Amino acid sequence: METLFGIVVDGVAYGMILFIISVGLSVTLGLMRVVNLAHGAFAMVAGYVASYAAQGLGLPYAVGLVAAILFTVLATLPLEKLLYRRIYGSANELAQVLLTIGLTFVIVAGINYLFGPTLKRIPLPDALLGTVAIGPKSIPVHRAFVIAMGAATVLGLWWLLERTDFGIKLRAAVDDPNMAAALGIRTERLYTATFALGTGLAALGGVLGAELLPLEPYYAIRYIVLFLAVVAVGGAGNILGSAAAALALGIVDTAGKYLIPSFGEFFFYAALILILFRWPHGFFQGRAA
Amino acid sequence: MSGTFRKALLGTVFVCALNAGSAWADTIKVGVIAPFSGPFATVGQTFKQAIEVYQAQHGKTVAGNTVEFVYKDLDQANPAQSKALAQELVVKEKVGYLAGFFFTPDALAVAPLIDEANIPCVIFNAATSAITEKSPRYVRTSFTLWQNTVPLAEHVAKQGIRKVATAVSDYGPGIDGETAFKQTFEKAGGKVVDSIRMPLKSTDFAPFMQRIKDSGAEAIYAFLPAGPTTLGFARAFSDTGLKAAGIKFFGPGDITQEPDLPVLGDAAVGITTTFNYSQAHDSDLNRQFLAKHKELFGSSDIVTFTSVGAYDGAHVIYRMVEATGGKSDGAKAVAAVKGMAWESPRGPVRIDPESRHVTQTIYLRVTERKDGKLQNTEVAGFPDQPDYGFKAGK
Repeated sequence: METLFGIVVDGVAYGMILFIISVGLSVTLGLMRVVNLAHGAFAMVAGYVASYAAQGLGLPYAVGLVAAILFTVLATLPLEKLLYRRIYGSANELAQVLLTIGLTFVIVAGINYLFGPTLKRIPLPDALLGTVAIGPKSIPVHRAFVIAMGAATVLGLWWLLERTDFGIKLRAAVDDPNMAAALGIRTERLYTATFALGTGLAALGGVLGAELLPLEPYYAIRYIVLFLAVVAVGGAGNILGSAAAALALGIVDTAGKYLIPSFGEFFFYAALILILFRWPHGFFQGRAA
Repeated sequence: MSGTFRKALLGTVFVCALNAGSAWADTIKVGVIAPFSGPFATVGQTFKQAIEVYQAQHGKTVAGNTVEFVYKDLDQANPAQSKALAQELVVKEKVGYLAGFFFTPDALAVAPLIDEANIPCVIFNAATSAITEKSPRYVRTSFTLWQNTVPLAEHVAKQGIRKVATAVSDYGPGIDGETAFKQTFEKAGGKVVDSIRMPLKSTDFAPFMQRIKDSGAEAIYAFLPAGPTTLGFARAFSDTGLKAAGIKFFGPGDITQEPDLPVLGDAAVGITTTFNYSQAHDSDLNRQFLAKHKELFGSSDIVTFTSVGAYDGAHVIYRMVEATGGKSDGAKAVAAVKGMAWESPRGPVRIDPESRHVTQTIYLRVTERKDGKLQNTEVAGFPDQPDYGFKAGK
């Protein structure tokens, strides 16, 4: 019983980290229909900025986090104007993949050149060190913090997309850009803002997830499959679906590794296949998107 | 008539060319295959720096021949490309020696080539025991998992620890380590209560920690490839409270290699490892070795086991060149270094004549913070450790 509880707690913690590092991709892929393979690269850039802010400049963790998100968003906005704007729309999938994977290689090489191939870390503040007890099980404070941030992100995004003008206009613009534009919605601005939201979330995930996915130049390529898996299972653009998918995959993976470690990643991918078999468009997405 | 003349002319040219091959071969080339780009670029960098340090200390000429190192980049384990690069080095660059090799499969791939070309191959790292069995022209100056693990398991048993869980990455060297530990430890009267093989790509180690906790082990033996996985494992070990619960952490020294220590941070403190080299090794030779690195490259922070592997490898190659007088004869060169003993920055070492692997002192080290910097402090030494894994499978 205690073991079961332990598996669930560890699984939820792992799942929330998966969620927070892939939700940004869910936004760009689902709401903007851009297969952004550079998602991991953006997250990595944010991680390096936070690491540099903390270790090179001696700034506190929170300041580093905010600086990393702002820097990443501001640095990628010109990319949106110059590159991404040309590949919006589901007719451009090949162009999207080629462009974003190319961008990833450029960023990987750039980071490798600037920071070298060794691991970098983002030192945690004292408040996030140590462990907290949840019943008979103790988990690191940092993970509890990530769980809280993940929950806040789910609520925040749900509110933003479902309950605000911005969300209504965005959903309209995604469904029928021409009609939305005819109704006076400034779709270009809307897309820019959503792109910024996506990269901002990528940056948040890159910094918060750095404890689990350590920073090194190949981060951008190494973990992209993980991000895509969560988004595929969750249903692109579906925030609650992404959260549910991340939690399900987290728990299945944790249980599999605990019970039969030598099966490796088997359970993770088996769950992926089964879920997609049953719900081809992801959780909570009954009809074709 | 003209036909005979042409043949004679051709023959002369041919003979001249052959002579040129030996008479002017006063520059001896050594081809080094290692990762110089990609995730393992630091390895290539340490190889190259150590070789340059060796040449700065001992000169570039030996017995009248200039030794020149040619570097080829192989960014990840890729046996086919390793063989292609080696072939290019032998045929185009006309190298007399092959060296380097970080990954086992890359080292194994060149076996038929070095036998056919009769070229010695000095391995600076690749640590699977079986490699030197595959060709009589392999000489290795690094270590093997067996070599590091056997003294460690004996030490753990002597501490009165009876129950140990092993946690290794599920690949060749990991399984070597697990087998070596289990055999030695159970022979000494201990019990391995759980053997966990973790997928190489693991990112979340919490489930394994729970398993270790449930197994009731007093200590763990862990081996993972250096890099993100080791970091994640060591972090999880302290984050999930296993460290605080008093469970001891043992492993081969790759997991606390010097370039990774600043990133591991306090999670590394207290990990007990056995290894052939620590940057903190207390000897004049090591201090000179580090000082030269600092002089040439500005810093000696990344000097680690791959550095001494390459440094001693260069030493072995120099002796081979000396013994063969600059002529390319792999069999003779290897025969000349069998049993050769010398003092290395890591301590006394010698080439075992049978396994052609380096016999050396394995040190017991504890990772600790000294003057604000983490280091592997050597607390004991086990002299003359051979490769216990040589022909272990037979």
